[in-house]
Amino acid sequence: MSEASRTNESYGDELIKRLNEKAKNFRKELLIMTTRSGSGHASSALSAVDIITALFFHQMRYNPKDPGWEDRDRFVLSKGHGCPVLYVALAEAGYFPKEELATHRKLGSILQGHPDMKTPGVEIPTGSLGQGLSAAVGMALAGKLDDKDYHVYVVLSDGELDEGNVWEAAMAAAHYKLDNITAIVDRNYFQVDGPTEEIMALNPLSDKWRAFGWNVMEIDGHNMREILVSLDEAVKMKGKPTVIIANTIKGKGVSFVEGDNKYHGKALSEEELALALKELK
Amino acid sequence: MEKIATRDAYGDVLVELGEKNKDIVVLDADVSVTTRTYKFAKKFPNRFFDMGVAEQNMMVTAAGLSTCGKIPIVSTFAVFATERAYNQIRQTIAYPNFNVKIVASHSGISVGADGASHQTTMDIAIMRVMPNMTVIVPADAIETKVGIRAIVDYKGPVYVRLGRPPVPLVYEEGYRYGGSPLKFEIGRAVTLRGGEDVTIIATGIMVAEALSAANILAKEEIEARVINVHTIKPIDEEIIVKVAKETGAIVTAEEHSVIGGLGGAVAEILVEHISVPMLRIGIKDKFGESGSAEGLLEKYGLTARNIVNAVQNVVQRKT
Repeated sequence: MSEASRTNESYGDELIKRLNEKAKNFRKELLIMTTRSGSGHASSALSAVDIITALFFHQMRYNPKDPGWEDRDRFVLSKGHGCPVLYVALAEAGYFPKEELATHRKLGSILQGHPDMKTPGVEIPTGSLGQGLSAAVGMALAGKLDDKDYHVYVVLSDGELDEGNVWEAAMAAAHYKLDNITAIVDRNYFQVDGPTEEIMALNPLSDKWRAFGWNVMEIDGHNMREILVSLDEAVKMKGKPTVIIANTIKGKGVSFVEGDNKYHGKALSEEELALALKELK
Repeated sequence: MEKIATRDAYGDVLVELGEKNKDIVVLDADVSVTTRTYKFAKKFPNRFFDMGVAEQNMMVTAAGLSTCGKIPIVSTFAVFATERAYNQIRQTIAYPNFNVKIVASHSGISVGADGASHQTTMDIAIMRVMPNMTVIVPADAIETKVGIRAIVDYKGPVYVRLGRPPVPLVYEEGYRYGGSPLKFEIGRAVTLRGGEDVTIIATGIMVAEALSAANILAKEEIEARVINVHTIKPIDEEIIVKVAKETGAIVTAEEHSVIGGLGGAVAEILVEHISVPMLRIGIKDKFGESGSAEGLLEKYGLTARNIVNAVQNVVQRKT
């Protein structure tokens, strides 16, 4: 349960170390989970681990004992296929027992192949790409209407930015001056069919968001300190929404998965898992 | 007979409900003047969001608002509400069973001169097949008002199908028929006329045509029962089986494709329960075109006369 103050700027080495340690554990847990279930987007989850760790264990305000708490910060995983990292984070936060992780993608599980309302802590179903930012727009508008100070965080993949729906939402968020939204793009430069710049070029990506009226930051999405600082800056921004382009590596943390797109949409074999866990020790 | 467009009744009842229920928020996709949501916008500017010409974002934004306790009512033309944003409705409204109301105007071919791009003859079918979705088609302005009040009280996703042109009033003020007060219940069809020879099951603007057809048939000594199925889903299975048993022949009538709409729904029920002669009045698997609403309804076979002919056919086939 992170009740940490959003304005806390003292990112001591202790804090960074603790979060990095957590992130490493999440990498292990999500790899074990996906290998056990025999499927799942392990490599897409690995690139978002550090971002999600920072959000759930430092930045966001929430209460797992009361998932519907009106003043909670909202989190939307627009790249729903990255859910393995969300599930391990929600379990660690206390939304459900860790034993549930073993049921991921199995019949009757509360942890579906893509996030849905069966999972405590999930705000809206995702998996059909390009819709999470629109959901955030709705949550942010409600927050403004009710004079609440909660913040809405959305993690998007870069590949899903191909969807026109994302840009409809980007336009609306800027138009309604939704400074209570922070979008984080997990910029790992890969989509299913190959490198984003070969399949459907996105660059210059920051310029695109800026042209849509957003406050834009670009960071190393695996540098915990940069993540924390940018999230803090985002909350301080008034009058416009913020997008953090987090440059990441698909499969981050496992040398033979990093940057190898053949691992998209699959789990590691038992042998690969053993190797990966050794690396993550 | 007095004529009022269902969208006009909608605009008025929205203001009334907005006054009573502060959780109601309204979203429109740049057609608020046409859908009549502008009336709500004028009265409650803070609770109205024009989302521009972006239906996909509008639907999911509404879903997001609903997760925060709001009751979003979303309006645009029926063709764009359903066909343009179908996956968004499925993924973020119907699947999580969120409390979003989609109230679409300009359904069917009576949209008129704008032509096929702005008409929809398949919205009932595609919304009906979606799990968790309730589908409502009011017969006139009066039923629109009671229907909209009912869906706001109901928790869950709803699609309401309204139209552009002024249409005859079927009911009397206060939701009465033949002087008797009625109660609008989601999922309960309304019997408007007794008769033992055949039942005309109608929805939307075809209810008025069904009643006219029944009057013509009475002169030929065919007594037609007329029921108004204002809720296509969940459909009133009980009354449909009952009228099939009691009258032995069925004609359905809707301003929609004969595939997958009211006719399809009734056929699905009958095939499992009772075999009676049946014909479907509707649009025969075609796109529309430009023209006056009246001219189009005539050309596409959606008049009382078409219903009369179908009734004569099924009555002859009764065993």
